[in-house]
Amino acid sequence: MNILRDLVTDYTLRNVALGSAVLGIVSGVLGSFAVLRKQGLMGDALSHAALPGVCLAYMLTGSKTPLVLMLGAAVAGWLGMLAILQIIRQTRIDAGSALGIILTVFFGLGVVLLTVIQKGNDANQAGLDKFLFGQAAAMVQEQVVTMSILGFIALTIVWAMFKQFKLLSFDPEFARTLGWNTHFLGALLTGLLVIAIVIGLNTVGVVLMSAMLVAPAVAARQWTHSLSLMVLYAGAIGAGAGLVGSIFSVVEMGIPTGPAIVICLGLVVLISILFGSAQGIVWDRKRRLRLSKEGM
Amino acid sequence: MSDPNAAVYVRDLTVAYEEKPVLWDVDLDIPAGTLTAIVGPNGAGKSTLIKTILGLVPSAAGTIRIFGEKYDLNRKAVGYVPQRGSVDWDFPTDALDVVTMGLYGKLGWFKRPGKAEREIALDCLHQVGMSDFAKRQISQLSGGQQQRVFLARALAQDARLYFMDEPFAGVDATTEVAIINILQRLRDTGKTVVVVHHDLDTVPTYFDRVALLNVRLIATGPVAETFTQNNLQRAYGGKIAFLSR
Amino acid sequence: MSPTLQIGLVAVAAGLACALAGVFLVLRRMAMMADAISHAILPGLVAGYILAKGPNIFVGFIGAAIAGLLTVVLVEALTKSRRVKEDSAIGLVFPVLFAIGVLVVSKYYANVHIDTDAVLFGEIAFAPFDTFSLGGRDLGPQSLWILGGLALINGIFLILFYKELKLSTFDAGLAVSLGFAPVVLHYLLMGIVAITTVGAFSAVGAILSVALIIVPPVSASLLTQRLPIMIGLSMLIGAVSALIGYWLAMAWNVSISGMIATSLGAVFFLILLAAPKRGLVSQAVRRRKQRSQFATEMLVVHLATHAATPEEAHESTLMHLEQELGWEPEQASKVVAKAQHSGLIHYQDGSLRLTPSGHELAQVVASR
Repeated sequence: MNILRDLVTDYTLRNVALGSAVLGIVSGVLGSFAVLRKQGLMGDALSHAALPGVCLAYMLTGSKTPLVLMLGAAVAGWLGMLAILQIIRQTRIDAGSALGIILTVFFGLGVVLLTVIQKGNDANQAGLDKFLFGQAAAMVQEQVVTMSILGFIALTIVWAMFKQFKLLSFDPEFARTLGWNTHFLGALLTGLLVIAIVIGLNTVGVVLMSAMLVAPAVAARQWTHSLSLMVLYAGAIGAGAGLVGSIFSVVEMGIPTGPAIVICLGLVVLISILFGSAQGIVWDRKRRLRLSKEGM
Repeated sequence: MSDPNAAVYVRDLTVAYEEKPVLWDVDLDIPAGTLTAIVGPNGAGKSTLIKTILGLVPSAAGTIRIFGEKYDLNRKAVGYVPQRGSVDWDFPTDALDVVTMGLYGKLGWFKRPGKAEREIALDCLHQVGMSDFAKRQISQLSGGQQQRVFLARALAQDARLYFMDEPFAGVDATTEVAIINILQRLRDTGKTVVVVHHDLDTVPTYFDRVALLNVRLIATGPVAETFTQNNLQRAYGGKIAFLSR
Repeated sequence: MSPTLQIGLVAVAAGLACALAGVFLVLRRMAMMADAISHAILPGLVAGYILAKGPNIFVGFIGAAIAGLLTVVLVEALTKSRRVKEDSAIGLVFPVLFAIGVLVVSKYYANVHIDTDAVLFGEIAFAPFDTFSLGGRDLGPQSLWILGGLALINGIFLILFYKELKLSTFDAGLAVSLGFAPVVLHYLLMGIVAITTVGAFSAVGAILSVALIIVPPVSASLLTQRLPIMIGLSMLIGAVSALIGYWLAMAWNVSISGMIATSLGAVFFLILLAAPKRGLVSQAVRRRKQRSQFATEMLVVHLATHAATPEEAHESTLMHLEQELGWEPEQASKVVAKAQHSGLIHYQDGSLRLTPSGHELAQVVASR
């Protein structure tokens, strides 16, 4: 088992695999809530909206430290989220249009800022688009540590407030009659989603981030009817796909990590929808067939 | 006549969405220990009335008291059964878990439901005749069963006052009888139950009191005195000729 | 034609073509489908490249359009399976397709010019260099021909199917009963969105083409509720924003696509604030006016309800108003002063009474 040995000894492989696994867990867990709250596209919008934040953080500090860029991304993502929620609440514009507008406009602004940076005396803007298009293969230990700490904080909050997040996702109106501040809880949960996005950006990139959030949740849902198990499975599926995809991309030279992980996830979703033990299509057909036979 | 310590005490309540008033200057007293129906035509503001009392919809003006206190201070005295269509029944959870949610308000902020909560929830499911379905995924329940699960969740809240938004909507006849039996039993144990109701025919047999609403409060009081042809005419306009039978 | 003029024309053509494709997409609340399609184009381009054994604009176009439609079909299949909700289905399908595209490119065509960054950004500044020539004659930039053609096709599509589109968007049930085929129309519209995105993205990039498809119709919908005007305004907003963005990008020497998207955002934001009826400012002003009017009406109705009852004296004091209507003391005295000034109420024995005109207003409000 060379791969197993390499996982322990090979610096690059270890970092990439660990980083991808951390991202998989965090995005799987937070993606579950996003999917259940019908915010499956929020992840896509916010990952795009993060770009101007990354650029501004770099322009203001001149630093390319992961933490600084992540902070910039988080602030822009957070602002994007607020803008989307306000547009939906204050106007008659539908959710999809609001997402689309914020996504494209923020991203466009980011592209403008990228060209401003390019023009500046620091010709080396390369690090920034890596941050956006994902370059797991270049992950360094410092990044993995940052991702793990942020992820740990997010997961701890989810663990501590599981009850609140569950009721918020299922029946927010009832939650309000209990005296809970559902606006705060909702903003907190979406804020945690921003954390997942931020740690995912430099691993899989803007476009693929959406799948990192949605796919584990959709796959996990097919195997259980319990929210806690769904969240656990989604974390596990995310981590598993992260590991397999990153190992595959390192072993099979020339395959980028992000797409490898996402294609893994796509396969898991396909298998789960067909064969998932809770609501897989195949078992459902069989069950129905049996029922109709019993009926006769 | 007015009793600020009534289960529900509403004065001059006005609610508006955008430009249109949905409720106009509503005064309503609901004495404790009664089973009250709120009836009125579509768009009369029935759901809005209970949602405003529950603090879900902001009011433009007016006073609301629950057992003589502001609702914020008396939340634990109140239970709520929302409309069945207000949630996504594909949510990954089972009947027992939904009922347990009724206890969340009394659990501490970070405390998880444990064995004691499970026992209470099971008992509430038993009361609505749903013991056999405790572990059933909620999307695999019939409409009537889902409504019973919501009712059991409200029972778990162990409140003194219950608001229910159309608990009979889309349920089968058996469930309707089962639910009204539970509501009457609640009333008989001294609880106050307020129900948004659609079916005028059943008002006299099901309820003690009735509030007729059409943006304004048309009339309120014991069914025998209030549920009259004249008042119905005023609430529904000319649309209820069928009631004369 | 100077390059500047050429790029400007390309930008305007992109604005027109996209706005035309976007109107019904936005009205059908499917804006994010444009985003999904724009990303899913990549594997189609790659497949076209493989089939044509090299860059071939025609085959690439068809491949990309098919990939766009495949996205729609897959999203619908997932939604219909009732295992996945629509938003999740969209958020799942396009990254997977995009990943397949990236994977194939990086594995087999690592040194070929299908730059995944360019798919996202696009570079309209290169438009004049890719010229279209026929029989040795230079006919101007290729993308101008493509986008102009698309604007024309989309315009014709809208004119031909205007009635059907309108009906199936606002009343799908009636459309079916009248014998229209909303499904066919739906796929036609998706096809239009797909080819428009394909056509626009090579010139302006995927994200900008999405911006040009979504932002102008949404902005226009804030200005008017009449469909023909909305279509016209969408085209105007798309074309004008494209020009402003291009001009600013030239002036500041920054990305043209990015600047056009930013200008679209600025125009949207301005309209959102200042639109005459649905703008946030006029909404706030109207709400304020209504609240004051509302308070006066509430006061007279309240007084009328209790007029000539035993509780009248008690119900009609200023203090009672503060208590029961839940008004702040300041607000209560303001409302009362205003009503007094308008001759609706007057003081009598220390409590408020309606004047005849006050009674009249209460009657009017009550009969509403």
